[in-house]
Amino acid sequence: MKILVCISKTPDTTAKIAFTDNNTKFDTNGVQWIINPYDEWYALVRAIELKEADAATSIHLVTVGGADAEPIIRKALALGGDEAIRVNADSHDSFFIASQIAAIAKDGNYDLVLAGKETIDYNGSSIGGMVAELLDLPFISLATKLDVAGAQATIVREIEGGEETCEAALPLVISCQKGMAEARIPNMRGIMAARTKPLKVVEPVAAESLTSVAGFALPPAKAGVKLVDPENVDELVRLLHEEAKAI
Amino acid sequence: MSVLIFIDQVDGHVKKASLEALTFGADVAAQTGTTAEAVIIGTVNDDLVDLGKYGVKKIHQVSGNGFNQFDSQVYVNAIAQVATATGATVLVFSNNVNGKALAPRLSAKLKAGLVSGAVALPETSNGFIVKKNVFSGKAFANIAVNTAVKIIALSPNAYKTTAIDGKAEVVSFQAEAATPKVKIVSVNKASGEVPLTEAEIVVSAGRGLKGPENWGVVEELAKLLHAATACSRPVADAHWRPHNEHVGQTGIAIAPNLYIAIGISGAIQHLAGVNRSKVIVVINKDPEAPFFKAADYGIVGDAFEVMPKFIAAVKKLKGVA
Repeated sequence: MKILVCISKTPDTTAKIAFTDNNTKFDTNGVQWIINPYDEWYALVRAIELKEADAATSIHLVTVGGADAEPIIRKALALGGDEAIRVNADSHDSFFIASQIAAIAKDGNYDLVLAGKETIDYNGSSIGGMVAELLDLPFISLATKLDVAGAQATIVREIEGGEETCEAALPLVISCQKGMAEARIPNMRGIMAARTKPLKVVEPVAAESLTSVAGFALPPAKAGVKLVDPENVDELVRLLHEEAKAI
Repeated sequence: MSVLIFIDQVDGHVKKASLEALTFGADVAAQTGTTAEAVIIGTVNDDLVDLGKYGVKKIHQVSGNGFNQFDSQVYVNAIAQVATATGATVLVFSNNVNGKALAPRLSAKLKAGLVSGAVALPETSNGFIVKKNVFSGKAFANIAVNTAVKIIALSPNAYKTTAIDGKAEVVSFQAEAATPKVKIVSVNKASGEVPLTEAEIVVSAGRGLKGPENWGVVEELAKLLHAATACSRPVADAHWRPHNEHVGQTGIAIAPNLYIAIGISGAIQHLAGVNRSKVIVVINKDPEAPFFKAADYGIVGDAFEVMPKFIAAVKKLKGVA
């Protein structure tokens, strides 16, 4: 079984969110970049676990981004990807990105395409579903467990207020979230090996962009906390009822 | 021309998030001078005619073999057929669990630009621009949709439902036969509890409660307020509470009217999952806890002393003994 894992570069979870150029660009000044946590902790690590359990034969990584995405791809290789493809394009349009990934997936004949459930910057939750449609494959979203036996996958996915277990034959596209795998960090051997693993750069295929970013805005600042005396909790309930009208 | 809204259902009942999508879709229709129509898949127990009170004029119901269980491929094919038949120019989904599986697929199928996690009506004076959440609730982006057909996936709890006088016409839609490739073998759902993402009020607790045996006060307060319960990441990681209760950057992101955080310090990753809550109450014994900066109301005090008083005060308000 060959697995393709979609990897995206995102700002660290503690990064300061600010914008420049009249609020049209994300301010990357001083920002640490990481592998999107859903792509890394859940999609990639589960792929590695499947390979370790001999259910998968190879793990390829794909990212759509400029040369500045390479440190992130190297880290993903250090964790356990076998080889990587970087599509040399900078885009914030999900359809454009999904079209690139679908082209790579079609070329490589993968049995499983795994993506994180969303990126923590644009929160689009779109790539997995779009790739599945472009490949005309079943799509299982928000998966919390994945097992593969032969050509059959068993997946647990989130539903409102619980979870459901489903089965489908490979090939499949799955978006992954918490529960899939336990986070791990690359070891020294992995880091050394990653330096010489293949990282192929390809130019993008022709694809439309359906959307564009017109601008950003920060939410209005909170007015500040109103503290209530711990001896007078009745007052908190009164405020929530009469002032905030929340209960 | 129409605005077509997808109505999501579970066990034959329309989800609350879909009522928000209906109201939103009807408002988009009014704004763009078109009619609001809707599509629902599968058999339903609720009276669909009544959904007219959210502004929808006509509901197309797709049912039959192959449409009795959720499959994104089958659903999207059917929705695309309804979209073509009704000449839909804007499609509206809730950005809930099923919406996240359907809207992107449909976007790729129709080559219709998608804005997921929308929080406001589109701005149509110059193009078609939709405001959405980005950076896990820490900012908004205005996304321009540059295609003839547009898809909006509305953030749950971001748009208020309004009810008017009205009835919807319900028609059956003959979609092409479908064979789902995904088979659902079992469903495991807590019955009778409020789903976390749909809850108006969420009572959440963290390590400050010291152990799973102390969750009684959280559950009692939640029950009194018809609230869902949630927890912070360390609590889920320690298996004090199930993972599906974990809210935060890597857990579930929620936007209730009221979020009550007990013994949670408010790390930036936790805030990313809850900062869209309209009112935040923080109870923590550490006055320096970062959560107080994001809170509307706070009590600096020991949760074990404050919670019984909190419960008693709510009981008094609700008139229960």
